[in-house]
Amino acid sequence: MNTYILKFVLVSMILLTGCASVEPYNYGALKQAAPRSILVLPPMNSSIEVSAPYTYLSTVTKPLAEKGYYVFPVAVVDTFLKENGLPTPAEMNDIALDKIDEIIGADAVLYVDIQDWGQKFQILSSVTVVQGNVRLVSVKTGELLWAAPINAEYNPNNNNSGGGLLGALVVAVVSQIAGEISDNTPLVARMANNLAFNSAKRGLLNGPYKIEKAAK
Amino acid sequence: MKMENKIIVICVTALLLAGCASTETQYYWGEYEDLVYKIHHTPSEVPPNVQIEKLLADIDKAGASGKPVPPGIYAHLGLMYAADGNKELALQSLIKEKELFPESAVFIDGIIKRSITNS
Repeated sequence: MNTYILKFVLVSMILLTGCASVEPYNYGALKQAAPRSILVLPPMNSSIEVSAPYTYLSTVTKPLAEKGYYVFPVAVVDTFLKENGLPTPAEMNDIALDKIDEIIGADAVLYVDIQDWGQKFQILSSVTVVQGNVRLVSVKTGELLWAAPINAEYNPNNNNSGGGLLGALVVAVVSQIAGEISDNTPLVARMANNLAFNSAKRGLLNGPYKIEKAAK
Repeated sequence: MKMENKIIVICVTALLLAGCASTETQYYWGEYEDLVYKIHHTPSEVPPNVQIEKLLADIDKAGASGKPVPPGIYAHLGLMYAADGNKELALQSLIKEKELFPESAVFIDGIIKRSITNS
């Protein structure tokens, strides 16, 4: 019983301090630019998993659009750029902003940098990780509007590995469906996106299409 | 996992989910993300006619659910119609994207000019 109370107190403390100690993002530039549309370019990849950029790309439209932004169709953009002489994400990430303005007409570009991706096999278990950064840049001024790390991991055997609050949440959400599919990385990427875009004090602000729910 | 640990995990998860995130979405998403995943990983499973079928089914379901069709769906559909050789429907879908989301106008007009009317 004592340990139960102790754990309860610990969890409460984590919840309370977790909320209070996060320094709010400085949204000055984002508020001033107030972008309506976001172009997500296929990510740069420094992980060893070659499929990472396009797997990530399949998970990013929904959270951005649900935030209220117009998101240019990622597969259409990718096809379009390839047909116009830019076969790889590296070349696409080099497009000058004035060209993006002229040809795509986006207000902002989301640059994604993937650093680590996929399943890591360990002695007794395996863990799926997604690690990287996103940067939202104004097309008109080149100014950085918002940035965040995208980090999450999923360990199917973390019952006693002390995965903490995040671990518990990831397991709870992911384990229900993990048995049915072989590639966990889209689910882990969605968790990472959710943590980044929807963070209370450091997440992305809502865009013009966001339907605000009526206050209770 | 010990019983009390389980209870704590369930409580914390419930708290987090209830407090922070609502799973209710603004748009009807259907199979779109899965489709984008397959385009790159198993392209042979999703030739243009299959993509058209899935996108049209999602647009139908969106209508039935009362939620709007998300950004990009009609543009993607337009590209698939073009790939499938149906210029008329390609044009209609691209224009629909522009009507729903005027932010897409520069990009869509460019595609129409370069790909549809010139080829």
